[in-house]
Amino acid sequence: MSAVDDTILAYDRPPADASALTPMQREHAVTIFEKGQAGRRAFVAPKLDVPEVEGLIPAKAKRAEPARLPSVTEPELVRHYVRLSRRNFDLDSGFYPLGSCTMKHNPRLHERVTALSGHARLHPLQDPARAQGALELMYNLERALGEVAGLPHVCLQPSAGSHGELAGVLVTRAYHEARGEHRTKVLAPDTAHGTNPATVTMAGYEVVPVKTSPDGGVDVEDLRAKADDQVACLMLTNPNTLGVFDPNIEEIAKIVHGIGATLYYDGANLNAVMGVSRPGDMGFDIVHYNLHKSFTQPHGGGGPGSGPIAVSDRIAPYLPVPVIQKLADGTFDLTSTPAEGPGSKSIGKLRGFQGNYGCFVRSYAYICSLGGPGLQDASETAVLNANYLLARLQELVGDQLPLAFGEKCMHEFVLSGTAMKRDVGIRILDLAKRLLDHGFHPPTVYFPLLVDEALLIEPTETETKETLDAFAEAVADIIREAQGDPTIAQNAPYTTPVRRLDEARAAKRPVLRQPLA
Amino acid sequence: MADASYPDELLYHPDHDWAKVEGDVATFGITWFAQDALGEVVFFDPPAVGTTVTKDESYAEVESVKAVSDVIAPLSGEIVEVNDALGDAPEAINDDPYEAGWMVKVRLSDPSEVGQLLDQSAYVTSLD
Repeated sequence: MSAVDDTILAYDRPPADASALTPMQREHAVTIFEKGQAGRRAFVAPKLDVPEVEGLIPAKAKRAEPARLPSVTEPELVRHYVRLSRRNFDLDSGFYPLGSCTMKHNPRLHERVTALSGHARLHPLQDPARAQGALELMYNLERALGEVAGLPHVCLQPSAGSHGELAGVLVTRAYHEARGEHRTKVLAPDTAHGTNPATVTMAGYEVVPVKTSPDGGVDVEDLRAKADDQVACLMLTNPNTLGVFDPNIEEIAKIVHGIGATLYYDGANLNAVMGVSRPGDMGFDIVHYNLHKSFTQPHGGGGPGSGPIAVSDRIAPYLPVPVIQKLADGTFDLTSTPAEGPGSKSIGKLRGFQGNYGCFVRSYAYICSLGGPGLQDASETAVLNANYLLARLQELVGDQLPLAFGEKCMHEFVLSGTAMKRDVGIRILDLAKRLLDHGFHPPTVYFPLLVDEALLIEPTETETKETLDAFAEAVADIIREAQGDPTIAQNAPYTTPVRRLDEARAAKRPVLRQPLA
Repeated sequence: MADASYPDELLYHPDHDWAKVEGDVATFGITWFAQDALGEVVFFDPPAVGTTVTKDESYAEVESVKAVSDVIAPLSGEIVEVNDALGDAPEAINDDPYEAGWMVKVRLSDPSEVGQLLDQSAYVTSLD
């Protein structure tokens, strides 16, 4: 390898002196309050050139002492946040194949429309009569999402997937209780997202796990054995977190409906089936979407998310309020007391205001710019990309990282690093950390829990063949490198703003509050 | 982290728990394999003394950097002592799973269950 290549491919080996730090690693990141000097301001208002009116602001509303604001100049302020942003890994910087998170590109068009002042500056307390455009957008988005799910009634309020799950289980509870039934259990497969059992517990039910069959779907016999008249609901992700579309979904729906329970669709993996198959047609009663996954949004840093739900006719009366209504004269209104239909026996309000409106605008822009066939293309390409990357990885490192279940996948797939750990001496965690040095965000690791040394990869439809090839080759490089010297991966990463973190210490002795200077 | 080991004098449950039976009291913990699979343990949530535990069912939770997992009781009985030291130092479960990392002591309600546990060689064979 030439000297030039050595420079470019600095990640090929750890620094000669392992304790040598990059400038960013040496820098101690501080909060904006620790920057600057007393008295500095980014903006200074001109002196009042009119007399101040005494008594205009009531004494009780006046501050006793000035607000504690950062004392920085505008350049300090700008550099502070730009520097922080550079310490982060985001989808705009590189490939982010985090399984079950659908880290797809967020088209810039979406940011343009969301920034239009009619959207961005709309106040949540605006009188509905003067927010007609926003209400119409939300009404239309509800219809479009309902079409994708195959279920007619949509509530946009939930602020995240987990919030949507809670809404879905609460409307299930309301549905059963309205019929005088007090069921106690909710079933969830052992491949489910951790939020499913958490939601179930929060909603006051007991979680009963259902086993996975050797083909990666629900173990139908185990489901049959656990399906009794105390079961309120089965929560299912389809395709599931193994990237497997359950071939027995019709049978599963029959069993669940046979005991009078509802069938809940966790939309985490909706990106695999948009425009191809509809949860409503599969027999699901309730669906939650993750607008921040399937319908773009710049997510990954903790928000904002949006987790609307769609339900069938029999569940619709229990939906949260207020509901958006289209009146006979074509105008839109919000009502918290609908006489009939959706929300007429509501579980109540789920949150302040209507939800994360910016997410609605981006999702609506996405649906309008792609159209029905475009959404189908997106899903089909997501599945194609995942299968291509799976095939490429199996070709290069199939011995070390075999597919955990089945032979093909939907939009994501799970590899197991058991053989790599045994033969090469590095764990999935080490591989993931070393991928950072290659400029890739690692895939999801150690999930789903039923796969030993799990690596859950979801490339999405927005990546090119070159990116997928480069990622597969990076994985192969890391394994080859570890065959020579496993300590390189074991101590990675070397090039990121912080090196290997002590995760146990971070969990046991977290620093939760930055002391003010 | 210590090297893999499975002491001869212990009995094992297939869900990677061990029991050390002394008369009608048994000490429970998790095996080297279990702590290795969990990764670094950051929190142990013990049951209260006096709680009844049932063989093959969960009696406590351990949280590692990867996940929260149930700890399965290898035998049935009533908890008579809990390893309080794990509250401040759950890392003992990783560092010393068979001594300092013990979790609870249980007065056995059905000593005949002991016969259903695996001996060291049967457990080690089950790991392959």
